[in-house]
Amino acid sequence: MAEKEVWITGIGLLSSLGEGLDAHWEALADKRVNADDKRLAPYVIHPIGPVSFDAQIPKKGDQRQMETWQRIGTYAAGLALDSAGVKGNQEILSRMDMIIAAGGGERDLTVDMAIMNADAQGKLPPALLNEKLMNELRPTLFLAQLSNLLAGNIAIVHGVCGTSRTFMGEEAAGIDAARIAVARIGAGQSDIALVGAAHNGDRGDLLMLYAFGDFALKNQHSSIWSRRNNPGFAIGSAGAFLVMESREHAEARGAKPFAKLTKVVADLARRKEPGAVTKSLQAMWPKLGVGDDAILITGATGAEPATSEERAFLEQRPGLVVRAPGTTFGHTMEAQFPLGLALAALSISRGKLYPGNDPAGFEVEKPGAPTQIVVMGVGHWQGEGMALVEAAK
Amino acid sequence: MTGMGIVTSLGAGKADNWKRLTAGESGIKTVTRFPIDSLKTTMAGAVDFVTVDPFSSTSLSQRLAEIATEEALAQAGIGSKGDFPGPMFLAVAPIETEWPQRLEVARAVPKTDFNIIDYLATCSEGGRFTHFHRRFTFGSVALNLAETFGTKGSPISLSTACASGATAIQLGVEAIRRGETDAALCVATDGSVNPEAMVRFSLLSALSTQNDPPQAASKPFSKNRDGFVMAEGAGALVLESYDAAIARGARILGVVAGCGELTDSFHRTRSAPDGKPAIGCVRKTLADAGMEPHQIDHINAHGTSTPENDKMEYLATSAVFGEHTAKIPVSSNKSMVGHTISAAGAVEAIFSLLTLEHQRIPPTINYEVPDPAIPFDVVGNKARDAKVTAVMSNSFGFGGQNASLILTREPA
Repeated sequence: MAEKEVWITGIGLLSSLGEGLDAHWEALADKRVNADDKRLAPYVIHPIGPVSFDAQIPKKGDQRQMETWQRIGTYAAGLALDSAGVKGNQEILSRMDMIIAAGGGERDLTVDMAIMNADAQGKLPPALLNEKLMNELRPTLFLAQLSNLLAGNIAIVHGVCGTSRTFMGEEAAGIDAARIAVARIGAGQSDIALVGAAHNGDRGDLLMLYAFGDFALKNQHSSIWSRRNNPGFAIGSAGAFLVMESREHAEARGAKPFAKLTKVVADLARRKEPGAVTKSLQAMWPKLGVGDDAILITGATGAEPATSEERAFLEQRPGLVVRAPGTTFGHTMEAQFPLGLALAALSISRGKLYPGNDPAGFEVEKPGAPTQIVVMGVGHWQGEGMALVEAAK
Repeated sequence: MTGMGIVTSLGAGKADNWKRLTAGESGIKTVTRFPIDSLKTTMAGAVDFVTVDPFSSTSLSQRLAEIATEEALAQAGIGSKGDFPGPMFLAVAPIETEWPQRLEVARAVPKTDFNIIDYLATCSEGGRFTHFHRRFTFGSVALNLAETFGTKGSPISLSTACASGATAIQLGVEAIRRGETDAALCVATDGSVNPEAMVRFSLLSALSTQNDPPQAASKPFSKNRDGFVMAEGAGALVLESYDAAIARGARILGVVAGCGELTDSFHRTRSAPDGKPAIGCVRKTLADAGMEPHQIDHINAHGTSTPENDKMEYLATSAVFGEHTAKIPVSSNKSMVGHTISAAGAVEAIFSLLTLEHQRIPPTINYEVPDPAIPFDVVGNKARDAKVTAVMSNSFGFGGQNASLILTREPA
């Protein structure tokens, strides 16, 4: 049986650039970047833009049960449902499948720091850790941290209630969320799905993990392509959600596509070998069936050696027209690949590729209406993937 | 299903687990891994006979998954060492840096009164703690397992709370049904018995506090049940397309006849009072299997031993099965192994397959005071020999995650 065509019929974006498609389109055209090098100095982060969560999460009680990453995600998911014209449509939402890529939620940094300081001062005998945690952790904080509770909140707030799956594993989780959704819709296992991720970069507790590996960008923001001497990623903030559905399902309800999502492929390069990422990308590239003059939106992080290996792949195809949203948005981890898909679909629907944002000149302009855009993701430590977004005819 | 491997607090391997499970033994003990001062709940089904050094729940989860996977692959006899011919779907608890490691860094900060920026500077200092990044990324367990067992493509790590193990199996089934692969490795693991995890569940009032004696704490379907008992374990299953398994002459242990899933949007920790989502989940699963309620002759219950779950599970089951409900023997493995959370769906699928193989239903122990509001035919305290051709295994979890599987013997 032929695979069904998968359309992107809804996009929801909330990021450091603001909320909604028009705001993002204007900010991209203006090459605006909202980076902060003071709040968690010397680390550079991209905090979420101003937003009133009430518009998509009307109950204050719901907002209180969430931490910021969940609010960002639940908000962006609501925007995507609005954009697809299915918000509040119980018949569709009750059978809509959901695949979320998620990390973990905010910790209570005040409690953590107090415990760690007490320990450093010799005032934390082993048995006291329990007492401090029992007394000082907010009981519902756990629910704001659990990876699968972003999906849980989207179900509660928006009523998306078919299946609910949460994938974890940094960047690769975002790639696989799209891959599995497309495979399921293509095979008729699903008619319509909400796919996305959320990330809050304004978190000292989150920086810890990346500081261990010395991946976090310090001191000064720069283009992804100019970071060789000061590599790293600036942690970004974004909720990026897509409504994907079979063409038949969309047409039956009169929904218009932003674009179609033709293919998603993923890999796990054995990175212990130098050059493995470049090889993995080379192996995936022919599966998309596009020319070497394609437009490519990459989730490049700026972290090494991944970004150099990725650049080696890109430089073998000098005709490619490249965009790295990481410069503008920072690295939004699980959300980076869904964000790339959103920007690709948006560009195709607006009949124009947004301008490059790279003083080094690696990102060149391409006039005309794009009909095909490749989205690429290379995890800072593991996982690679590619997708082909095309104009729906 | 052509291979399975299991580790629980009862032991490592199918043989040991089945023997102790059907004998009604409990793996729940007072926690000795860390101090239990100030904790309301002091027991768990910790897997203490497997050690990892340095200890972290993440490393233990990985080790348990390795042990279970080795057993499953040996039984399936598929692929070759380090070369499994298909993708991996891994149910694993969300990962974060754990307290021993947090404190290790704290002790290295060159001040005794420090803020997060001072702390972060020590985190990245001279590559001293690089290994913590490798250990505590969310994808780390899947990366290491994929490299060890040579699974193909991008391994998927997933969490659907207490339904995770069932979701891993479901993803494998779907990939095989799509024709993407002939085989899938579905693994579910949980090594989460650590102070903060226990505190978190405790603060949600989800855990039993009947600490003494620990082995009596988990009492699903009993009137005096008061919460679940955290536990560790892992289950690994080799799934193959039926045709591929037949073609290579594999011994078929059982068939995933159907799987289903339906989300509850009522509340973050509580189920819809009318049980509709769970009812829908069970119905979807029956429909997927093309089976009628009367064809199910055993339910391996989610049966957590929390007041609410067990009641809701009866409500949902009786709504679907009607008069047939009373004729279905029901049992909860969690009475003995505790709640292995992320691993539970796979662990219980394996116990369901063993039930089919041995035609013997493991008991629900500690069933001394039956809850009159839950008139299931509970297989109380003693294992029961029975004709079992189709088992429904249920997983209903936090965040509204409901998933069910129907497992049958190989079609004649």
